[in-house]
Amino acid sequence: MANQTLDMCGYACPMPILKTKQALAAMESKEVIEVICTDQGSKKDFEAFCNQLGHKLLSQRDEGNKIIFNIEKN
Amino acid sequence: MSNSNEMTLIASKGTLDWAYPPFILASTGIAIGKNVTVFCTFYGLNLLLKDLSHLRISPQGNPDMPMKMPFGPKWFQSIDFGQRIPNIFWNIPGLELFATRMMKKTFKKNGMSTIEELREICIEMGVKFIACEMTMGMFGFSREDFIEGIEFAGAATYLDVAHNSNQDLFI
Repeated sequence: MANQTLDMCGYACPMPILKTKQALAAMESKEVIEVICTDQGSKKDFEAFCNQLGHKLLSQRDEGNKIIFNIEKN
Repeated sequence: MSNSNEMTLIASKGTLDWAYPPFILASTGIAIGKNVTVFCTFYGLNLLLKDLSHLRISPQGNPDMPMKMPFGPKWFQSIDFGQRIPNIFWNIPGLELFATRMMKKTFKKNGMSTIEELREICIEMGVKFIACEMTMGMFGFSREDFIEGIEFAGAATYLDVAHNSNQDLFI
């Protein structure tokens, strides 16, 4: 279960990444954030984002046109 | 490759469309943990002015610009007017403004942030901006014309920062 949910539906690149970064900054290590967005390019972007910063991309799933990411802060 | 965590960008263009790439890349750079410096020179200085409402697109200067209407039925929205309109058409007064308005509508419809919002978030996240002092003088700008919290310097300062950067982009 996520500690926090961030709804970025309707926002294009790079806002979902930027807002996620800001939200993560206020969270504790090992806490999980759920990000919901509609930007199809974000699938690759969140992988790269987690890869660069060492966060763990726990899951990624599609629900209709929405993409839901679960990210654990490192 | 060095382990440097610096990213440097040169923003040299001052149209509305070209204002996006530096702000998008700079803020995303910060988001993935880099220190980012943007050197705004020549028309790129426009991106640091207090008021950004004058930024326009230039269909005439970019003849390959796709021009699709952000409203109307689907068949209408799929027409690319950019390919059909002779370039000389854009000389008619007011059309550039119209095209700019349509472009802003298209951006909004696609969930893109405004330039003002993107710049705000760049500053909030800690992107460093350097305004090129030489170009400022040449174009007759004074420091009061620019937003707060930026640095004023020249090419040597930029190159000094860029020396330690492993991602240096010219836009």
